[in-house]
Amino acid sequence: MKYVDEFRDPEKAKSLFCEIEKISKGVREKLGRQIQLMEFCGGHTHAIFRFGIEQLLSKDIELVHGPGCPVCVLPMGRVDDCVALAERSDVIFTTFGDAMRVPGSKKNLLQCKAEGADIRMVYSPLDALELAKRYPEKEVIFFALGFETTMPSTALTVLQAEADGVTNFSLFCNHITTVPILESLLDSENLCIDGFIAPGHVSMVVGEGPFEHISSKYKKPIVISGFEPLDILQSIYMALAQLESGRAQMEDQYSRVVPKDGNAPGLNAMQRVFELRDYSDWRGLGTVDKSGVQVTNEFARFDAERKFPVANVKIEDPSECQCGDVLKGKIKPWQCKVFSSKCTPENPLGALMVSSEGACAAYYNFGNMNELQELRKSTEIADVTK
Amino acid sequence: MCLGIPGQIIEIIDEEKKIAKVDVSGVRRSINIACIVDEEHPCLSCVGDWVLIHVGFAMGRIDAEEAAKTMALLQELEEAQKEMEAMSRPPS
Ligand code: SF4
Repeated sequence: MKYVDEFRDPEKAKSLFCEIEKISKGVREKLGRQIQLMEFCGGHTHAIFRFGIEQLLSKDIELVHGPGCPVCVLPMGRVDDCVALAERSDVIFTTFGDAMRVPGSKKNLLQCKAEGADIRMVYSPLDALELAKRYPEKEVIFFALGFETTMPSTALTVLQAEADGVTNFSLFCNHITTVPILESLLDSENLCIDGFIAPGHVSMVVGEGPFEHISSKYKKPIVISGFEPLDILQSIYMALAQLESGRAQMEDQYSRVVPKDGNAPGLNAMQRVFELRDYSDWRGLGTVDKSGVQVTNEFARFDAERKFPVANVKIEDPSECQCGDVLKGKIKPWQCKVFSSKCTPENPLGALMVSSEGACAAYYNFGNMNELQELRKSTEIADVTK
Repeated sequence: MCLGIPGQIIEIIDEEKKIAKVDVSGVRRSINIACIVDEEHPCLSCVGDWVLIHVGFAMGRIDAEEAAKTMALLQELEEAQKEMEAMSRPPS
């Protein structure tokens, strides 16, 4: 879909594209370079590609696709830990389907299952808890992953397991948090991002406060956005309007769904069950302090990492992988040397190819391949002539 | 996993555990509604409400129009079918 006519409200879409075009000229002049806006969330990335927003957008703006796809940033070492846990004969390992194909250093969970490990795909952590009740002789481990959007669900499931007196259920906890990773990106050298489109559903849980904090600390416009193409366009416009008038604030385009203070029952459950981990590894982005959570002491009996030996070794990404550079907006996916050759959605080398929310898979699925090949050639030529 | 899917609460199954049955475009399953229940919205009053569901938990209350728009978007993104299949798969 690359035509405005196919938007839900084409007239509104057209006028938004026009407004964006107008305002971005001035902002570009003011900055003296192309404007760079980062959408953090994989859901936004997916929608941007599906609707061809990038191609329709003024060339004064570049969208950088951020690290907000939890499957994409899962480090290889943690996948290896999943495999080791799943291969135990006393364990039923449960996971969301999305995580099955994330590459580990030797194999992924799909291969591990084919070799005989008892791995089951579940829709919800509650389904994993059901399995624990059904198979009391086994330990049922739930592979907990995701940002704040899925954290309340895992926390509430642990609380339910406690209430039901279930003792053979535990989490392999890999939840990660939005704000610390945004801060670490903002702290990294030569990152030039002028504003952010913030994730609507994370905000639904955590509220506006955390994004307000980043916006005032780093003096960057941040707009919390819905997922419809019109929402995204409007949020881009709002960020540009801030840049034009020299403001740097948190604004909420998605307030029809996001409560200002977030979701109290969800936050309470998270606070009881989780605490910040000293550090977490991110694929492509390295180790970031206090950027993920672990199970608190109070709930240690639901923590797979305390019930079983877990290596938790850091494994470097394959050297050809340029996922980190893509995540930081330094290169576009098609500029990665292995894009569409050694790395495809069928055979992902890097994690950004695994899920439709990853930037590389999105380019691969929705980008015009010929156009991309041409672009790559032309940038390579440009590099050589430098 | 991150986008969530809209559904309508059609029945409260377990008031204490806050489990409700939802209808997501014809697919029915039980979900947990603890995150959208409070003094103002006691469990039993939630029947008929539209909610945004993430991995088996209602994470926010939305109106019918928002629900319809979100469903249309998920269909456009080819996520709706996948999500509904996962929802209707019993844990096995
Ligand atoms: S093409 Fe593959 S290896 Fe290269 S950045 Fe994308 S996901 Fe990573």
